[in-house]
Amino acid sequence: MSEKMIQVPTLSELTSKGITPEILFWVGCSGSFDERAKRITKAFVYLLDKMNISFAVLGAEESCTGDPAKRSGNDFLFQMQALANIEILNGYGIKRIVTTCPHCFNTLKNEYPDLGGNYQVLHHTEFLNNLLDEGKLKIDKGTFKGKRITYHDPCYLGRANNIYEAPRELIKKLDAELIEMKSCKSKGLCCGAGGAQMFKEPEQGKKDINIKRTEEALEVKPNIIAASCPFCNTMMTDGIKNKEKDNEIPVMDIAELIMKAKKI
Amino acid sequence: MEYIPNFIFALIFFVGVSVFIRNIRKVILNIKLGKKSDRSDQLLKRARNMALLAFGQSKMIRRPIVGILHLIVYLGFIIINIELLEIIIDGLLGTHRVLAPFLGGAYDILIGTFEYFAFLVIISVFIFWIRRNIIRVKRFWNKEMVGWPKLDADLILYFEVILMSLFLLMNASDYLIQTNYPLQEEYIKVGYFPISKFLAFFLNGISLESLVLIERTSWWLHIIGILFFANYLYYSKHLHIILAFPNTFFANLEAKGRFKNIKSITEEVKLMMDPNNDPYNNNSIDQSVPDKFGASDVMDLEWIQLMNAYTCTECGRCTSVCPANQTGKTLSPRKIMMDTRDRLEEVGKNIAMNGEFKEDGKQLIKHYIMPEEIWACTSCNACVEECPIDIDPLSIIMSIRQYLVMEKSEAPADLNNMMSNIENNGAPWPFNQQDRLNWVQEL
Repeated sequence: MSEKMIQVPTLSELTSKGITPEILFWVGCSGSFDERAKRITKAFVYLLDKMNISFAVLGAEESCTGDPAKRSGNDFLFQMQALANIEILNGYGIKRIVTTCPHCFNTLKNEYPDLGGNYQVLHHTEFLNNLLDEGKLKIDKGTFKGKRITYHDPCYLGRANNIYEAPRELIKKLDAELIEMKSCKSKGLCCGAGGAQMFKEPEQGKKDINIKRTEEALEVKPNIIAASCPFCNTMMTDGIKNKEKDNEIPVMDIAELIMKAKKI
Repeated sequence: MEYIPNFIFALIFFVGVSVFIRNIRKVILNIKLGKKSDRSDQLLKRARNMALLAFGQSKMIRRPIVGILHLIVYLGFIIINIELLEIIIDGLLGTHRVLAPFLGGAYDILIGTFEYFAFLVIISVFIFWIRRNIIRVKRFWNKEMVGWPKLDADLILYFEVILMSLFLLMNASDYLIQTNYPLQEEYIKVGYFPISKFLAFFLNGISLESLVLIERTSWWLHIIGILFFANYLYYSKHLHIILAFPNTFFANLEAKGRFKNIKSITEEVKLMMDPNNDPYNNNSIDQSVPDKFGASDVMDLEWIQLMNAYTCTECGRCTSVCPANQTGKTLSPRKIMMDTRDRLEEVGKNIAMNGEFKEDGKQLIKHYIMPEEIWACTSCNACVEECPIDIDPLSIIMSIRQYLVMEKSEAPADLNNMMSNIENNGAPWPFNQQDRLNWVQEL
């Protein structure tokens, strides 16, 4: 990614220059700190830059949305996080937010309004799909031609918010072969990370959920497993490693697929 | 003397209906033990949801084979209940097939339709029984399905077959009397009996007296059976045939990812964050702050969650799609619903006996539902999505988590670490908030 320096302005920098960006990119904790998820963040920022989208991030002013606290049952902590974030967002007069994490997406979109935070919130797959429809980016259809890509639905994008088509349309735009797993869309099996499971050991059982989901993905013999959530990505990547297929089958975020297929 | 049957019928019918009303009132009373929750908005959308899911069975078709079989039994149940109207009038007035002269040709069509449905219901129920007991579909054999739940499910199938068979036997003997003994005044030539005329083949050659006896016995057993079944509902998992309608009407219409905000906490958090607030001298603290966060027992749940529990018919679709259950964890969304209902029944009985709830040393969490089940949930909403009548086991799981965390501080240690990370540095991992933008250096 060293073609040119990509500028990632913070909201405070832009505001001091009197610039109001079109969108706020909510990076999220995974996207900021997790090594794997940071690659998704970078891919998305690269695409934003490529399409000349005026955007900004909060940087050090960003803090956890509170999702894992709320799913753990700690509404105090959740609301402390939410109210603090809303104060910052409203202070900047934010109208549109895009995020690469379905958990941040769901919380910002569905749970912040009750606390005074009303924004148009988009998941990056919706956002990218719209931009590609507008022709903002050209896709080199050769990149993934004939590749079998299976898409794992993140629960907080799919069932929680009924977004099933935007990520699929993006895969189709790559001219790749989209193959569905036995359980997909509203019947999609969780990767095992939701509800704050990401941060704890699973309870006693016969198997880990991510292994089961990985087996379902491997059943359809994909060349690539696509995801659109940093947690799902981690879980599926671990699953693929467990099955010793990590050299053959990459787990990729849709933003990374688009980045790879963009025409320079 | 000739009015004795009418009198007996009126008595049986009165007792049957009274007990039924008493049972339904018990259900309503118990549901009202739940906390308030306003579900009176968006009435049109609610009516639509009920029309689609309860009347239209739209979600049952997600599993096409059982969906269609269930549709047959459901339609059979509704349509054959029209016949009930005639049975009640006949019973009270001592008439026989009182509607026939009024309906003319339509009566034949009605009886014919009832018969086809009765036959299809028997076939469907037979297939249901095979699925449960021969094929042993996995979701009917989970741990929570031993003992009464298993017997209950089978009994309901037997009931349905018996009721339908009695109906057909009644028609078969009637048909034979009509054809073989045309001079019998009571048994006028009416009705069209596409199914029972085949059944009549086996009764051929039986004397008039025996046929009348069979016809009368079937008639009586059929109506007594229906009244019995209506009252059995309360003691079984089968209340869904009634509660599916209000349950879908009052269902959650919001996005499934939106977990309800707890307003009382918002007030407290706002005060906490207000730099001008003096915590030692504050009159503005809302005195209505609840004395308890989340739910440890059924009275802490909202009424809709309690209605959910009564509505559950233990089909186990939720459990069959639950990622935790599929991978061998103890969590089963169906068990959450069954436990909630069983505990609610227990609390209801306690109140009925003592006038008010007398502490019994038990509660929903730890005596019915174990924390291990509650913490295995990924909040993936698969159970909620799968329920054909919009039962929400996840909301109960979350209410219990809120109790365990905010009242008891009993979160798993890993989650406590995660939460203190969020508190201290604004991320679930121990990274410094100032470093959130470090990735930009790596571009």
